[in-house]
Amino acid sequence: MTIASLIETPSELTDSTSNKSAIVLMTRVRLARNLAGQPFPGWAKPAQRESILEACRSAVTAAPAMKRGLSVGVGELGELEKRILVERHLISRELSGSKQGSGVVISKDQAISVMINEEDHLRIQVLRAGFQLKKVWSAVNELDSALEESLDFAFTPDLGYLTACPTNLGTGMRASAMMHLPALVIGNQMEKVVRAVNQLGMVVRGLFGEGSDASGSIFQISNQTTLGESEEEIIKRLSGVLQSIIEHELNARARLLEADSGKLFDKIGRAFGILQNGHVLSSNEAMNLLSLIRLGVDLGVFPDAKRSVTDRLFIEAQPGHLQHAQKGEFEAGQRDLLRAERLRSEFANFSRPDFTLSANGTN
Amino acid sequence: MANPLKCDLCSKPATVHLTQILDNKVHKVDLCESCAQEKGVTDPSGFSLADLLLKASLNTDPAAGGIRCEQCGFSPADFKKQGRFGCPACYTAFKGILDPMLDGMHKGTVHSGKVPHRAMERKTLYDRLTKLEGDLSEAIKAERYEDAARCRDEINQVRQAAEQKPAR
Repeated sequence: MTIASLIETPSELTDSTSNKSAIVLMTRVRLARNLAGQPFPGWAKPAQRESILEACRSAVTAAPAMKRGLSVGVGELGELEKRILVERHLISRELSGSKQGSGVVISKDQAISVMINEEDHLRIQVLRAGFQLKKVWSAVNELDSALEESLDFAFTPDLGYLTACPTNLGTGMRASAMMHLPALVIGNQMEKVVRAVNQLGMVVRGLFGEGSDASGSIFQISNQTTLGESEEEIIKRLSGVLQSIIEHELNARARLLEADSGKLFDKIGRAFGILQNGHVLSSNEAMNLLSLIRLGVDLGVFPDAKRSVTDRLFIEAQPGHLQHAQKGEFEAGQRDLLRAERLRSEFANFSRPDFTLSANGTN
Repeated sequence: MANPLKCDLCSKPATVHLTQILDNKVHKVDLCESCAQEKGVTDPSGFSLADLLLKASLNTDPAAGGIRCEQCGFSPADFKKQGRFGCPACYTAFKGILDPMLDGMHKGTVHSGKVPHRAMERKTLYDRLTKLEGDLSEAIKAERYEDAARCRDEINQVRQAAEQKPAR
């Protein structure tokens, strides 16, 4: 598979048709692994990085799950291609900024990506649309076991998998869910939720991880600690936290409808109007409008099937995807015109909002 | 994920982060509030980062100060700068620095998750072979030929066992 054909194929996240992804858009689990006896990527010399890259690359591409996937060095990728991979959550910003001796292997269905020589020698990630923590964990566990057949991982019985940063020690696992929480944002309850989630040992971040903002009311919730608990225990604990956030979001939606449905429908209706007729839309504004449409789908204002349209546009309205679709590099101002044009055409044939249905409540 | 940075002078949590460019070199320093006050960081005219960096390097824990990782040459100062280790062996070399840090960082201090059994098996076999080969050459040197023969037989057995379970 080539990078060009990968980009032309919709990502794992852009074809979620089931309503399993109503509040949890995506789940992902990543494992940090390092080769025994080798310096970590940040400390390795260029020649060592190259040889580690080769060893990892041949092991990863040989794994059954990665058959006919894409294997590419970061240096071989153009800026736009890297940006698209970041927007699809297939590589990190850190990897896209690294120079010599880094690479990525991506499965054909774009559900699995293995970054090589990012912060650790290997960052093995599986992501799926919807709330599927257990399934995602078992897929990543299986790939990790397959790699273990040919690679000697740095491991000690008491500290577990050894990682460049001690915050990842032990399981080396970070499990996360991307959640759409518009009612908690509208109701100004997110701060409270973040605090409570932090106390439970979980972290809340924006859409693109550390330091990114939560545009579109999309948040990533993940485990903070990796040592002292088994993978299954961490996943069980995270699942519990996610369940309770889902409940809080549903309650917040019910409260908004009860207290002032007119105001809520006004927001959704206006979002629809702007998406259909706007001419200048920044990435951030587009995300927030799409988020309201998605909330509308959940409330029954738009048909269920339209959820996949908003989820696709969440990704396609990002700068990299937009520039790729328009085949060129554009200034931010010009991009905002193009984005609005793109959204106008998407929403020209979107179903008209029906606010009578929504009396039935949420979902 | 980034660590909470510690003050370069007294290892309390750092809240003041300073970057200065001197002679085209970037110098970074992290300080807690009281050290920042004391060193006059808030007064840009009367403050030299180079001076501070020197003092910080002299001020490191004497027990940890001189240690370097034998495998990769990493030093505690490198860790302070980067928040990451140099290689897996650093975890043994800098145990004294790591242990107090781990206490507050994780749910526990002992791993209870997945174990890479295949790799561990390979390592056990490898360690056993290395030991037997050492015993063998010692026995030959001391002209204990009966022991040497026993070692040789055992080496062959271990090798055979390893081949029956190839590492693919």
